[in-house]
Amino acid sequence: MRLAGFYLFALGVALLPILFPDNYFVIVVGASAGLHVILAVGLNLLMGYAGQISLGHAAFFGMGAYASAILTTRFGWPSLLALAAGLLATGALAWLFARPILRLRGHYLAMATLGFGVIVHVILVQATQWTGGPDGLSGIPALNLLGWRVDGDEQWYGVIMAAMLLVVWLTLNLVDSQVGRALRAVHGSEFAAQMMGVDTGRAKTQVFVISALFAAFAGSLFAHQQAFVSPDSFNLTVSVELVTMVVLGGLASTFGAVCGAIALTLLQQGLVVFEDYEMLIHGALLMAVMIFMPQGLFVGLSQAARRVRHRLKRRQPLPST
Amino acid sequence: MTALSSALLPSPLLAVTGLEQSFGGVMALAGVSFQVAEGLIYAVIGPNGAGKTTLFNALCGFYQPSAGSIRFADQELLGLPPHRIAARGIARTFQNLQLFFNMTVVENVMVGCHLRARTHLLAAALRLPWVQRQEQQLREWAIAALELCELADRAGQPAGSLPYGLMKRVEIARALAAKPRLLLLDEPAAGLNDTETMALRDLIGRIRANGVTVLLVEHHMPLVMGVSDRLLVLDYGSVLAEGAPADIQADPRVVAAYLGGAVNYAV
Repeated sequence: MRLAGFYLFALGVALLPILFPDNYFVIVVGASAGLHVILAVGLNLLMGYAGQISLGHAAFFGMGAYASAILTTRFGWPSLLALAAGLLATGALAWLFARPILRLRGHYLAMATLGFGVIVHVILVQATQWTGGPDGLSGIPALNLLGWRVDGDEQWYGVIMAAMLLVVWLTLNLVDSQVGRALRAVHGSEFAAQMMGVDTGRAKTQVFVISALFAAFAGSLFAHQQAFVSPDSFNLTVSVELVTMVVLGGLASTFGAVCGAIALTLLQQGLVVFEDYEMLIHGALLMAVMIFMPQGLFVGLSQAARRVRHRLKRRQPLPST
Repeated sequence: MTALSSALLPSPLLAVTGLEQSFGGVMALAGVSFQVAEGLIYAVIGPNGAGKTTLFNALCGFYQPSAGSIRFADQELLGLPPHRIAARGIARTFQNLQLFFNMTVVENVMVGCHLRARTHLLAAALRLPWVQRQEQQLREWAIAALELCELADRAGQPAGSLPYGLMKRVEIARALAAKPRLLLLDEPAAGLNDTETMALRDLIGRIRANGVTVLLVEHHMPLVMGVSDRLLVLDYGSVLAEGAPADIQADPRVVAAYLGGAVNYAV
């Protein structure tokens, strides 16, 4: 079945809080991992499937978060409307930037997206009258979903997980469609894709916008969940972490990105006890994965499983022909 | 009289006139002109560096020639980007494999069907019922192209796992899946063994039988002489000769420049 993996994943997400009731770690870290999954799955569409790197993805995350924060606190907009406006603004900006930026390739694209991320971060810090500057914005009202005020860790777990499952489902559908194949073709051979009639400029623009929209969506949820935003949540380190999640799980695999996001979230939580050594262990683990499993954890392990199955099958005597 | 007869003749599918392409100071194409009638297998031969692949890349919009005209089905192609030229009905394979190694064989060929269906992004993400039916249709078209190339049993395999000869055939299937009027084959026999080359010859015949005009760049002379209706000989970016295979083999200039001696290439 095409979506068997997805249903299994959804079941796991639903069972977690039932199996571990009143468990702070599962609920809070789970919600955090869910937001990371949305971000990583979106970035993986761009990086893994279309083969275009972005080192400034935290900028779109931040734009969604600040759009919700500013519109609800300073203008008193309803949260759902602010979320929609944030998506619209981020999508429009991504669309404007996509054409000139995606003409670049490789290192040049990496530098351009890096620059974009830095610029947005600087604006968040400097435009004090709007963003509150380095101190950020507090007092963001609760997310109001048509009358239901999302409140408390359990409810947030539910909302974020529902949003995450929606994003994963949309992504799985997209990848396994004509649109997704065109994207993968751009990655496989841009020239051949063009000769098959794929408007590669348009395809890259589309995926850039979708990727930015997912990030902005996660950003809006994050702002309401935390009730507070500050520029530090959207700096270069976050962009690099997002890239790490995608690469760690395995490029061009949606569940790879899911696993990468969950693994890195757990790792960050687990490493908190090591305090100063956190970044050291973080880096060493990354290097180890890159050296021993360059195709990523999820993809590497599933390939290994397939090899073992293949070998077992071969051991059986062949039918005589 | 001449005017009358030329008016009665069907116009050629492809008419290239005075095509020029230079890289720095090198004239890769120095005013190439030729015409290909619909339904033919038309070969372009010449020594390495004669401009054959440059000609292909100019035809499909990858290069922007500095002068000349490319008329395809009575419409100018010069200046169009590759994906628009593909939409006019030209498909191609590549001298260096340009398979999508990140996909299965059938997915590769389904990308070939890209222009035969339009899926809206949002509909694809929501996987609306008609998108599912379209997917099924695309898959059927792809399988049909694979069957023509005798690759249907490989449909589910990763494209990169196939032997080299089969990968080259996947490229042909992918190009055919676009239902082109003109198929450009860039050295399809390069790297193939004799059995595979014979199979390729049969395949090119089947492609023509399906109503597709074939433009072929190839070094394998027995294949070229055996399969082509007409030949164009390029040398240093210029047309050295043009005609039926027998005439080309008898042409002393061609023999001197390329074939390197009087050899009979009947197969």
